[in-house]
Formats: sequence, C-alpha cells, structure tokens
Amino acid sequence: MSELLSLLVAVPILGALVALAVGYSFERLAWPLAFVTSLGHTALATLVAVQVYSGGEPLSYAVGGFRPPFGIELVVDGLNAAVVVLVAVVALGVLVYARRAGPHSAAFYTGYLLLVAGLSGMSVTGDMFNLYVFLEITGLTAYALVATGDDGRSAVGALKYLLVGTVGASLFLVGIGYAFVATGTLNMADLAEKLAGVGYGSTLVRASFALVVTGLAVKTALYPLHTWQPEAYASAPDSVSALISALVSTVSAYALARVVYSVYTVDFLASVAYAREFVLVLAGVSIVAGSVLAVMQSELKRMLAYSSVSQFGLVVAAFAVANEAAVTGGLVHLVGHAVMKGGLFLAVGAIAARTGARYVGEFDGLADRAPLLSAALATLSLSMVGVPPAVGFVGKWYIALGAIQAQAWPIAVVILLSTLLTLAYFLRLVERMYFRTATTTETPADSPTGTGAAAVADGGNTDDTDDDRPTLGRGDDADFGGPTAGMVAVVVVAAVLAVALGPLVSTFEPLLEPTLDLLLQP
Amino acid sequence: MIAEILLTRYNYVVVALLLPIGAYMMIENRNLVKKVIGMNIFQTGIFLFFITSAYREGGSPPIVGSGGEGATYVSPLPHVLILTAIVVGVSLTAVALALIVRIYTEYGTLDEANLREVRADE
Repeated sequence: MSELLSLLVAVPILGALVALAVGYSFERLAWPLAFVTSLGHTALATLVAVQVYSGGEPLSYAVGGFRPPFGIELVVDGLNAAVVVLVAVVALGVLVYARRAGPHSAAFYTGYLLLVAGLSGMSVTGDMFNLYVFLEITGLTAYALVATGDDGRSAVGALKYLLVGTVGASLFLVGIGYAFVATGTLNMADLAEKLAGVGYGSTLVRASFALVVTGLAVKTALYPLHTWQPEAYASAPDSVSALISALVSTVSAYALARVVYSVYTVDFLASVAYAREFVLVLAGVSIVAGSVLAVMQSELKRMLAYSSVSQFGLVVAAFAVANEAAVTGGLVHLVGHAVMKGGLFLAVGAIAARTGARYVGEFDGLADRAPLLSAALATLSLSMVGVPPAVGFVGKWYIALGAIQAQAWPIAVVILLSTLLTLAYFLRLVERMYFRTATTTETPADSPTGTGAAAVADGGNTDDTDDDRPTLGRGDDADFGGPTAGMVAVVVVAAVLAVALGPLVSTFEPLLEPTLDLLLQP
Repeated sequence: MIAEILLTRYNYVVVALLLPIGAYMMIENRNLVKKVIGMNIFQTGIFLFFITSAYREGGSPPIVGSGGEGATYVSPLPHVLILTAIVVGVSLTAVALALIVRIYTEYGTLDEANLREVRADE
C-alpha cells in the first residue's frame, strides 16, 4: 500500500502534463482536467491518512527500489499525514473558486498542479536533498503563479519573491552540504543517528542547523526574512494568493518541524541551548513585528500577508518549545491557519468581485451589501483572533499551554500580546462592516493609495466592478460579474470549517500522540 | 600560515569569495538583470562547495574500471546532487529573465530606483 506515497506526487504531475497538452488546443477542458486530478489527489491523501492513523505505523516507500539510506525514501507518519490531507483539500477548494475567479489559461492550471505536486513532495519526503528539490519546485511554480496577474505589479512581486526565495533555498542547500560533509548521508533518519555520532558540539553540525533553519525561515516568512511575502501576496490574483498563503509557508513550516525533530532531534535542541533560543527569538520577534506591521496596513491583502508573518512566528515558536502540548498546538495552528487564511483571501477576493473594495477604508457598511460574505469574513477574522470554539483558539491555547509547561514565559506573554494586536487589526474590519454605514463620498478610483474612509461610490449591490482598479487575473472572462455561487460557497465552507475544526481537535489529539511520543522522546 | 591556507584550501577561499560577491550584487546592484547574475554567482559558489566536498586525495574519477583494483574514488554523490541543483538554477534564471522581460515591457525600465519611481505614480 505504501506505493500510494509516490502516487501522491506523481498524480498531480501527470495531471499537469495532461492539462497542458489538452488545454493547449481545448482551453475549456483545462479546468475539468485539473479538477479531476485534484479530486483524485484528495482521495489518495485521505486514504494515506486513514491508513496511517488507523495503523499507527508510519508508511515508508523506497523510490525506485533503492533501499533507504542510499535511495530516496518517502515517509508519512502522524505529523505529515495531516499536512498531506491539508494540501489536497485546500488545493481542491481553491480550484473550485478559481473556476470563475482565477486566471483561465491552461498554463495556469498546469502551474497550479505542479505546485500541488511540489507541496506534496515536500510533505512526504524523507530525504534532505529531495526536500531541497521539492522546495525549489514549489518555489518555481509559486513565482510563476504570482506572475499570472495581468499587470506589471505581479511581475515585480514575483521577481522579488524569486530573488529572496532563491537565497533562502540556497542557504538551505549549504546547510545540507555541511550536514553531508559531517556525516556522508542525506536520509533524514540516517542523518539523525550519524549527527548524534558526530556530536552536537561540532561546529559543522551547528552551522548546518543554523543555515537550514534560516533557509526555511525565509520560505516560511519569519520577520526579518519576510520581505518577499506582502508584495507577492498582494500582487497575485486572488485565487493564487489564497493558495500560496494557505499552503506554501505552511508546508515550509512543517518542513522546519520535520528537520528539527527528525534530523537534528530534540536532543540537539536540548544540548545546544542557544540553538533553541535562536529559533525562539526569531519566532517571538516575528509574532510581534508581524502583528504591528499588519495593524499599519490599509490594503487588505497586505494586512493579511503581515498577519501570516505573525501567525507563522507562533507556529515556529511552538515547534521550538518542543513539548507535546506545544507541538500539538503548532500542528493544529498550522492546519487551522491554512483554512482561515486561505478562506480570508478568498473572501476578500469575492468581496472585491462584488463591490471593488480592496482597502480597509472601503469596507464601511459592507454587511448590508454582501451579508453572506461579510458574515464569513467576520467569522474567519474572529477565528483568527482566537475566539473559542474556533480552531484559531484551540491552536493558540495548546501553544500557550506548552509554553507555560516549558516555563517559556516570554513566549506565553508574546502570544497574549499578539492576540490583542490581532484583535486590533481584525476588529476594525468587523466594526467597519457592521457598525458603519457606507458613505457616498467618491474615491478617485485611479489612486490605489486612496486610503480615506470613503467607500466605493456605487454603494449598491451592483456587478460593475470599477475598471480602473487593478483587476488582477480576471482579464479574459468577458461575462465576469459578481462572485458566483461556487465562489461564495467555498468561502462559507472555509468559515464553517474554521469553527468546526476546533471541537474536532480533541478527537485528533489521541491520533497524534504516538507520533509525538516517538519524535519527542529524549 | 595564511599562504599555506591559500595554497591548499583555495577551493574554499573561492567559495567564500563567491557567496558574498553574489549576495552583494543581489542587494546593491540597481539593475535587475545584474541582480539575477548575482544570484547565479551566489549559487555557483554553493555548487563549488559541494564539488570540493567530493574530492579525495589521489582519487580516480567515479567510473567503474577507471581506477583498477583497490583504487580510491572521488565521491560521485555530490556531483549528482549538484547536477540537479544546476538544473534548478537554470530554471530559476529562466523564470527570472522572463519576469524581467515582462517588467521591461510594462514599465520600460530595468533600473530598480526608476522602477520604484514609476510604480509610485501607479
């Protein structure tokens, strides 16, 4: 049954090729093909996860029949089974949304499926160099997808993303190089043993840890290394920002956890005290700085991007605290954040399709014009703040609990503080939507910096979105109107999931426990 | 002492020079194409590091039958890895150049400072 693991990567690549070949001559067929592929991928991922959680044993597959320490190994255990399912489900959801909203070329769907393949590969691989290759596949497709917007802004955003992302991946590669020089192996499980053999005091091992963590921190967009992220998210088409914000940083953060626990192991963290402090400080600064920067934004997609910087700081802090409660919280928040942030980007896109509002100032009285979307947006925002019983609360609760158990008081304080800041930037949105009426002052539509309190002029529920605003990635659809039922449905499903996943965590936790026992054993 | 290091470890010295040169070019150069060249130099430094790590004193090329009985071979694995990394680097450069072409058609400039000015009026 472990052959399924290779299919997780192979199916999206195959689907991408078919979508490209067929879509080249019959563009209408590109979306259905991508959808069928994504559906199949979701089924596969679910099957794998059910097997892992019911069997309690990790699945492992040797690629090409070469035995693991020498060949490439694919592994799925309790930690990444959840990530695999998350990748498949979010990709499917965003694809449904992209049917009307997104760019419509066959090339877009090819890139989309290749990105899913890269992300799945990162999630299942058990080999360090293979992880680098999938990291770059993910990166390359993400740069290309960001650039699918139809104006120059997205090209600039994508180039910036490419330059910073490449440096991150290169640092990761140097880190692998150091570990390889120290041990002569690239398999994660094998590395864990041999690194311990070399000794955690070795400069080579410590340097490799620092480089690998820094490289992945660039990809995860932790604070001083996040500079690519706001521009990339804000300039990409809505469906792309949703997909990338929900998955790319998420899977990079998972990779960070995987590398820390499976390669360097908790022993390393315990014996090299400043390694743990380095990660904790990086994460703590990221939590606060991301929130503060988010409060300062007027463009909604930028605000959400900076909010991601803060939330990933939270996740990485949880992984660095490294006790059972914190890691559970980290994983829950990883999954929950993907659902919430993806949903938020989709909701913002759908609202922009109906009213043209892309700036916080334009959200006055939105609840009257788009009640369902506003409700979904408000639900997702509150969940992100951490209002029980939503999944945002449960994740933060476990992380805070873990931090307190580990007596990492600064982190516990920072979590509380960031919750208040998160409240600050989301609440002003909710307040504008529900407690203000739309003003009728005209905003000059050609000034994207029009940050005033004025709303769009045509306050009614009309379909003519203003043409002067960057209409990202929806150029070629002549009969583009407000959001379709499908788009709204996806947003609502995300909002419902954000609330419903919270109570489900208590049933998920026992399933995770055997894996954590294995990973966190001293 | 320093002369000895330069003579025996010159590969590492080159690596240690290439990485900061590439990084500096990416950060400091205003021309977008030169930024991409800087990125390539940065990556080349890493490639050299891996190749150096494969070297064995007196080793033969890692080809079956080339060294005879009991010969020492240079480690083949880093070469294979770097071949992959080079392919990745080429694809990255291709994507970057494609983006630069689009930026040029859109804004008519490749200078970072000019670009910022043009985009401020957007």
